[in-house]
Amino acid sequence: MSTRTVLHEADIARALTRISHEILESNKGPDGLIILGIPTRGVTLAHRIATLIGDFSGTSVPVGSLDVTMYRDDLHRNPTRAPQPTSIPSGGINGKVVVLVDDVLFSGRSIRAALDALQDIGRPAAVRLATLIDRGHRELPIRPDFVGKNLPSSSEERVNVRLAEVDGEEFVTIEGAGASKAGES
Amino acid sequence: MRHLLDTKTLSRDDAIGILDVAEDMADTQQREVKKLPTLRGKTVVNLFFEDSTRTRISFEAAAKRLSADVINFSAKGSSVSKGESLQDTAQTLQAMGADAVVIRHGASGAPRTLATSGWITAGVVNAGDGTHEHPTQALLDAFTLRKRRYGVDSRGRDLAGVKVTIVGDILHSRVARSNVWLLETLGAEVTLVAPPTLVPQDVSAWPAKIVFDLDEAIAAEPDAVMMLRIQLERMNAAYFPTEREYSRRWGLDARRLAALGPGSMVMHPGPMNRGLEISADAADSPRSTVLDQVTHGVSVRMAVLYLLLAGERGGVPEGRGLPDRGEMPRTMDKEDAR
Repeated sequence: MSTRTVLHEADIARALTRISHEILESNKGPDGLIILGIPTRGVTLAHRIATLIGDFSGTSVPVGSLDVTMYRDDLHRNPTRAPQPTSIPSGGINGKVVVLVDDVLFSGRSIRAALDALQDIGRPAAVRLATLIDRGHRELPIRPDFVGKNLPSSSEERVNVRLAEVDGEEFVTIEGAGASKAGES
Repeated sequence: MRHLLDTKTLSRDDAIGILDVAEDMADTQQREVKKLPTLRGKTVVNLFFEDSTRTRISFEAAAKRLSADVINFSAKGSSVSKGESLQDTAQTLQAMGADAVVIRHGASGAPRTLATSGWITAGVVNAGDGTHEHPTQALLDAFTLRKRRYGVDSRGRDLAGVKVTIVGDILHSRVARSNVWLLETLGAEVTLVAPPTLVPQDVSAWPAKIVFDLDEAIAAEPDAVMMLRIQLERMNAAYFPTEREYSRRWGLDARRLAALGPGSMVMHPGPMNRGLEISADAADSPRSTVLDQVTHGVSVRMAVLYLLLAGERGGVPEGRGLPDRGEMPRTMDKEDAR
């Protein structure tokens, strides 16, 4: 078992700053933006990004959380999961540009579930995807619009994101069975 | 959770877990599209040996909001009236591929028999058995109490220190029994008020205070008064002289409603006998939670069906219960993202 830290606290801060600037740039300003995090750590990241966008643009953007538990396609293959709260900012998502925020993008199935969940809440003008880590191995035709770090990995390896608000510590590690030869290309 | 048979054996963590999931379910019912895809392809059978409209349609609504298929089976006009046994009925449902059976039965303990018999692999939900228990009613009552008291901050809380007075036909009421056990588990203080003839024999073993005078109970300023329906269909003996006398002594009329503290709630599991145990003034007052209870009933039953059916079945050992949100291993909250 080898564990390697791939992002430190300062790296995470830099990545989120860049993502926030990129969101503002691609949206040509903060108008119509809604930032929705996917629990648990996506919500923390969403709040940080919303704060940064507010600082850079001088306009506060609505932020919320979107639980996807009840839309997952693997529920029956795992022990029962407790759903997490969903909070959609007042004003709803109709006609807005929703930026989904997740910590790690892997198979893409969480995002598929998130798109289904969004559909039940309203009809956004567009949906974008921001993720702190993109580790590849997609099983669905889904790609992120804003990425903190591309982290090629083997599917046997585990990527752990720790955030101060949730875990009391802040870093991203990758751990794998017997070094990370396969995934380090 | 494999089955929900009673509230007596439900732990505090499991009870709060169900109520918290019900909060999430209630949130989804505010959406434009209320239907969730969660239980697509699962089959829920409503197996009702006793008449019921409210509980059955509440379970039916809950199952349908989660996209499960619902089969309603009522004993009247079915093979049961031709003499089929519970075992044969259950095995028929099993053969049809039922994933959950919601059962109401006139015999206390029938749901447990069904769950432990080995006749079926489906999850069993007790929707009222004889004079034993009606756990989802108690859960929705607790949910309503918690929601009125704590509003959006309800998640994770119990009912410590909440004073609940349950009035009426305690003897025949499975709702009262389920409530007594659940409220005790959640830390509430329960007072039972009834004519001496409608108090069960074994009540001294219950974690509740017994009072025979409703005015005395109201003077103690309860946070909620739960009026039980006088079950006239079970009144096969002379439990009280006349309905008018019952109404005068144990009914919640306008005068008693006025004597209640301003913050206290008036609850009733329905259906109400207006003018008997509850007056129209009380039933229609803003303190009445009767319609909230109906709405919350769907959310609570969605939570129970979700917890019974959404996870892998069979692999969850007995007693493992519900996932505790606080203690859930980190790797579980988003397994496929790693």
